[in-house]
Amino acid sequence: MVRDLAFGDSEVRSKAIGALVTSADPAVVSLLQAMIEGEVQTAGDRQVLIVRDDKAVDAATGQAVDPLPETREDVVVNNRMRRELATAIASFKLSSPDRAVRLAAARELQNNADEDALPAIAAALAKESDPEIKGLLTLTHASVQLGSTDRATRLAAVRALAQSDTGATKTLLLGVLAKKDGKFVETDDEIRVEAERSLSAVEGRLLKGDIAARVFSGISLGTILLLAALGLAITYGLMGVINMAHGELIMVGAYATYVVQNLFRQYLPGAFDWYLLFAIPMAFLVSGLVGVVLERTVIRHLYGRPLETLLATWGLSLILIQAMRTIFGAQNVQVENPVWMSGGVEIMTNVVLPWSRIIIVAFAGGVLLLVWGLLTRTRLGLFVRAVTQNRQMASALGVRTPKIDMLAFGLGSGIAGLAGCALSQIGNVGPDLGQSYIVDSFMVVVLGGVGQLAGTVYAALGLGIANKFLEAWQGAVLAKIAVLVFIIIFIQKRPQGLFALKGRQVEA
Amino acid sequence: MQRRNFIRTTLAASLAAAALGIGLPAQAQNTIKVGILHSLSGTMAISETALKDMALMTIEEINAKGGVMGKKLEAVVVDPASNWPLFAEKARQLKTQDKVDVIFGCWTSVSRKSVLPVIEELNGLLFYPVQYEGEELSKNVFYTGAAPNQQAIPAVEYLMSKEGGGAKRWVLLGTDYVYPRTTNKILRAFLKSKGVDEKDIDEKYTPFGHSDYQTIVADIKKFAAGGKTAVVSTINGDSNVPFYKELGNQGLKATDVPVVAFSVGEEELRGVDTKPLVGHLAAWNYFMSIKNPVNDAWKKKWADYAKKNKLPGADKPITNDPMEATYVGMWMWKQAVEKAKSTDTDKVVAAMAGQTFPSPNGFTMKMDNTNHHLWKPVYIGEIQSNGQFKVVWKDPKGLVQAKPWSPFIAGNEGKKDAPEKK
Repeated sequence: MVRDLAFGDSEVRSKAIGALVTSADPAVVSLLQAMIEGEVQTAGDRQVLIVRDDKAVDAATGQAVDPLPETREDVVVNNRMRRELATAIASFKLSSPDRAVRLAAARELQNNADEDALPAIAAALAKESDPEIKGLLTLTHASVQLGSTDRATRLAAVRALAQSDTGATKTLLLGVLAKKDGKFVETDDEIRVEAERSLSAVEGRLLKGDIAARVFSGISLGTILLLAALGLAITYGLMGVINMAHGELIMVGAYATYVVQNLFRQYLPGAFDWYLLFAIPMAFLVSGLVGVVLERTVIRHLYGRPLETLLATWGLSLILIQAMRTIFGAQNVQVENPVWMSGGVEIMTNVVLPWSRIIIVAFAGGVLLLVWGLLTRTRLGLFVRAVTQNRQMASALGVRTPKIDMLAFGLGSGIAGLAGCALSQIGNVGPDLGQSYIVDSFMVVVLGGVGQLAGTVYAALGLGIANKFLEAWQGAVLAKIAVLVFIIIFIQKRPQGLFALKGRQVEA
Repeated sequence: MQRRNFIRTTLAASLAAAALGIGLPAQAQNTIKVGILHSLSGTMAISETALKDMALMTIEEINAKGGVMGKKLEAVVVDPASNWPLFAEKARQLKTQDKVDVIFGCWTSVSRKSVLPVIEELNGLLFYPVQYEGEELSKNVFYTGAAPNQQAIPAVEYLMSKEGGGAKRWVLLGTDYVYPRTTNKILRAFLKSKGVDEKDIDEKYTPFGHSDYQTIVADIKKFAAGGKTAVVSTINGDSNVPFYKELGNQGLKATDVPVVAFSVGEEELRGVDTKPLVGHLAAWNYFMSIKNPVNDAWKKKWADYAKKNKLPGADKPITNDPMEATYVGMWMWKQAVEKAKSTDTDKVVAAMAGQTFPSPNGFTMKMDNTNHHLWKPVYIGEIQSNGQFKVVWKDPKGLVQAKPWSPFIAGNEGKKDAPEKK
């Protein structure tokens, strides 16, 4: 049997798996598990080995094999085998004493159960006491039984499926209601009525999940736009500097993250998973510092001359891009996600929220709160607002305006660095990274209303959600175009943006 | 003082220029110039940089073995920066200014289409090493990558088979340009000929450099609920990294919805954690994991070269299909030049017909007698947890002849299997 599994073609193997499952031997699970993980090898044309960390065990006898045979061949497991193995393992695990293991097994079976698994599911169902697992198993049981020839069984199955919330159930129920050559496949009226009732219940739940997923991905895109635009909302919105190098400051932050990651890998491999916590302040400091240097050397000489500022900062952006190309190479660099940012959490069936996105949403919220607090609750914030509203008056009252300009610009740049740190976790990091965000950033700030932090927030989230709903409806390329067209029209009608500042300072 | 300085510098500069000017033709007689036209920056750099390095390694190897007709090869490397019009400009510069005899380059079809009129006008020679959509046959181009019938069609057939999962519904997902659009047109016609219903095919495109695949992956999941689904991905360039990351994060497993990619090889997966991706597929004519002595020797050569030149990623040297196609293409060109005893385009083109070369993919590759494409073996590999591919299927026919004019596109029936112009 073991030999069939290792040497046979797919059909033979499939039969062998079926036979092994019915044997109910606990050693079988570890063999199947080893197979799915690609640890099963063959030596010669008779011996089957499970090889783990250069130690081999004979799969048939369970005895250790030492030394390792020289020529070994991997047993190739393809998707079909992997699916059958997973189903077999899951039906074994249904009788595990551990609740979590049983739950995972029930989930696994939900997608792949067939007639063969039915006895195992029925047996498990009889013993199961946990309501969640029981619910899952009932549904799986029902969906397999839908093909039964017994009318009562079918009817019960259709009724039970009303509790389901997966798209696969919808397809099953649609199959019950399908017509062939003008006649219903299912001849029994009562079953069809029940099926329609179940179908509308399932569809209602699916729609809810769908909308939840869209809203979340919209918020996620919105927070990324917000992070990218927040720094600009300070440098452009408050200070009035048209900073074309803003995208490059984001890029500098992403590269700072990359450097921190490499340092951790080299010197602190044990703490590698936590490099991000250190990368966040580093990204802020490095980008902030670059910002301060730019402000001191170039931008401060150009206050009040927007056209020259635009050209100068655009030149600076090219210099920064080329500098990064020279230092790190033109290719993208790899920034790895820490383990705790991989994977996702399933809030509803078929709605998985990736951890990386959730963390970035929270991070953006935190940054926003900090910036808002800084601008409204601190002395520095008060000075920044004073200088941006009326420079002469603030200066006359003893505020050192050049220093405030420098700090405010540094703050805006630092926030761009934070955005770069966040973006490095979901996108590619390369010298051109900033280019793809500069347009979006300006779009958000202008749409929100120049000089308004709150406007920026609404504009970012609004654009994110609108973009995602349009994308679902018309595809990614058209969605982007539609959003741009919308903004052009909007700015024509309302040049001051969503929220306009009222009062005299607008002209200043 | 200042003026004298100025005169002195100008004099020195013009002298140097004159020296160079005299030096160049003298040198040109002893070397054959080879242009290398691959993006070293921008969205395609992830894929194309390795091809530039592979071309340089091959040149070094050919030179070490005595060069071509006793002359050394001299590489001229330019960077068209993933900018399609710049490809044409750089190609013209290579041909007219640097006077190269042959160009190895391009990855995306849009870049090849941009170079094509230049190379035809100047009667140059281009070796194009990447799988593509077909529908083109130029006298001045040799296509050492796969045509659709050597990659796309067999991959879809495999996914339809019981072994591949018996897919009934199809998502055709690609980057928005000529290669994915044409390939998907061919695949759509092919799927229809196999009885797949219109509503079971979903075609989606994203822009170059797209990085937010949340909605698309969620949509694939929803579509897959309607029956056994497979995804055919023609996403190109660095968008693949966020796409595969999203697949992993959203837990879309290969056992449920397998994704087969035509532009993802070992190199593109370098930056991705492949553990959640085990079982997703790629169709190519070469995989690094293929075991044979030619491949072992080639991989070692590459590893040594990467280490010697301190290439990025030399600690984990990786080979892939387009690198293999570059290598084979350059050797065949060398053989053809020696057979023609000239680097003249027309003579080399004639000598290319029927050239053979032992390839790392385990076969002796053969250039077709008329259609400028290679006869290739077809492999389908599954992604492993270490970022490599394991071959799960190979075409039992062995070498497959390329059909650049796909029979699944209307109007191709009468087209000749050879370039029009001679």
